[in-house]
Amino acid sequence: MGDITGGRVSPPPLHTDTPPPLPQATMLLPGLKSAWLPFHGGVFVGFAATFLLLHGVLLPRPMPPPSRDPQEIDDPPGTTRSPVLYGVAPSASAGEDAGEARALYERVRILCWVMTGPGTLETKARHVRATWARRCNVALFMSSEPDERFPAVGLPVQEGRHQLYWKTIRAFQYVYRHHLDRADWFLKADDDTFVVVANLRWLLAGHPPDRPIYFGKRFKPFAKQGYMSGGAGYVLSKEALRRFVTAFASGTCTHTSAVEDLAMGQCLEKVGVEAGDSRDTWGRETFHPFPPESHLTDKFSQSFWYRSYCYYPIVEGPQCCSDLSVSFHYVSGEQMYALEYLTHRLRPYGYQPRYRPPPPPPPHIAPLLPWGPQMPCPPPPGAPAPPSPCPPPTPARAAWP
Amino acid sequence: MISESNSFVKGVVLGGAFCMLVTLLGHIKVGHGTKAHHHEHHHIQAPNKEDVLNLSEGERVELSKSIRVYCIILVKPKDLGHWAAVKETWSKHCDKVEFYSSENVKVFDSVALNTNDLWMMMRKAYKITYERYKDEFSWFFLAYPTTFAIIENLKYFLLKKDPSQPFYIGHTVKSGDLEYVDGEGGIVLSIESLTRLSRVLEDSDKCPEQGGMIWKLAEDKQLAICLKYTGVFAENAEDAEGKDVFNTKSVGALIKEAMSTHPQQVVDGCCSDMAITFSGLAPNHMHVMMYGVYRLRPYGHTYNDALVFLPPAGSDND
Repeated sequence: MGDITGGRVSPPPLHTDTPPPLPQATMLLPGLKSAWLPFHGGVFVGFAATFLLLHGVLLPRPMPPPSRDPQEIDDPPGTTRSPVLYGVAPSASAGEDAGEARALYERVRILCWVMTGPGTLETKARHVRATWARRCNVALFMSSEPDERFPAVGLPVQEGRHQLYWKTIRAFQYVYRHHLDRADWFLKADDDTFVVVANLRWLLAGHPPDRPIYFGKRFKPFAKQGYMSGGAGYVLSKEALRRFVTAFASGTCTHTSAVEDLAMGQCLEKVGVEAGDSRDTWGRETFHPFPPESHLTDKFSQSFWYRSYCYYPIVEGPQCCSDLSVSFHYVSGEQMYALEYLTHRLRPYGYQPRYRPPPPPPPHIAPLLPWGPQMPCPPPPGAPAPPSPCPPPTPARAAWP
Repeated sequence: MISESNSFVKGVVLGGAFCMLVTLLGHIKVGHGTKAHHHEHHHIQAPNKEDVLNLSEGERVELSKSIRVYCIILVKPKDLGHWAAVKETWSKHCDKVEFYSSENVKVFDSVALNTNDLWMMMRKAYKITYERYKDEFSWFFLAYPTTFAIIENLKYFLLKKDPSQPFYIGHTVKSGDLEYVDGEGGIVLSIESLTRLSRVLEDSDKCPEQGGMIWKLAEDKQLAICLKYTGVFAENAEDAEGKDVFNTKSVGALIKEAMSTHPQQVVDGCCSDMAITFSGLAPNHMHVMMYGVYRLRPYGHTYNDALVFLPPAGSDND
């Protein structure tokens, strides 16, 4: 026998005259050899079933907070899709009141059509769709090829700079034919234009849509009353749209050139549509043909074409742009999301802004009084803001009844 | 046949038990980890929106005035472009801001520190700040000139926090055993932390001027080490949804990341609605941020905020 008090490292000696028995496993699990498969199958099934049970049922994952981006609203299955995106009314988070924004959404209905093409649908128009398109009451993406899924309208035009005015004409004709009653104002934008639709509503609320007028970034050459920059976007009243489409039907306006914005401006001038002043009540521009960085920080050289094109005096630096800016152009996809975040999400808590825009007049007053820049009292630089942007210039305008 | 189904059943039981064991172990390990570092790896949160809705206008103004933030910007002459941008933009919203420069510069006023070493600059800046302003301010925010900060959101974040407690807040990073606030995102100290720091700065064993024996440690890590000796630990600041409010990258960089990781929800996934800092900004970007944060907004939304902040005098870009 062996020593039982010390640490034995070797197993007790077997009978050395007979070979050792078969591996012990078969002794431990009776019938193993024939049951190898079912056993391992059972282990696998048991593990998998328990895993699914635990992670599916017993250990719930936290729900992500609901998205506050304007959501894709799915049509019921089987609906043949018309290439329209319907807008979503403004929403408010806790501690926020969006009542006035919602009222304007109902009252100042805007149809936005975005100039795009098959080549830029997924690279540019997609980011428009993901950001500001849903804030319009109706949004349409105008391409030369229909795309049911995006959705995009296929206009009977070709792609290319020389076709831009044709595309514009066809787009407005399409809108007039299919969507006239859905909106009061009709905005054209590019797929690299960023638009703050709420501010467009503020701008337009003071103007009745049956007035023949259009707004945008006003340029002065080539047309007596000037014309609006195509890239910065421009918006037609319902009456302006009616006159434009009718003019093409009657031959009063024709395809005069490929320079879309200028040709547009010349036709509208011809049919008596007024080129509006889109500046805010402090005289600052709201439509911008370049990205924010350019307007805020660039010093435009004296020979730069922009200097001779602007209808109103150029202001460089922070006063270039209204707090209630409507558009910026040449905005990349990444910048779209960044601007969406800076405009609609990030804010300085508790901050009372310097510029306090007046509320637009109610609809029955709007036709009677001017609405736009009130130059009589521009703010002295650096002074604290008066409680409302300007005291009423004359007693007759003191209050809305 | 019976022995086969027997084996199967044994297998199922064994498999299931093994799975439960592994899952349980996994959960215990995680729980243990956070508990062990609880006092170091705090996730500090913004105040609840509901807490603050019943104050009168006067009370809100008083409350807003009671949170006073002193801003320290560490600069060098080579940062002149960024320095100018910070001066012209967000720093005007600090209750007081001073630029602590490695050396005197003709163009701008600064507190000259007469050293090029960032850790020495930080030490001196904090020391001077404590000596001069310990009775005037409750919170001290240190930033580099590539950072853009929204002081109003910082004040809201600090609303219910007691400055006589040792707070050391920002965007935290773990380096081995050390949890420190990344200087890029800005560093917030309460007066209590600054008081303790000023004491330990005199201790050349715990908080030496030449930190790190073989290679030099970054100044934000040095700061964390010194503070740790006084019982002050870094805390990561987050909003109610768990998003960081101090960011060490720019909005553009964070948006780019969001576009590749969750392209269907870029803005939602990117950044907090009450972000306090972004960093890595060029001077021009600071002007864009100033416009985008303080001015550009959609008409028709009003807010019931607990605090009231007015635009600073002598400024027109906010």
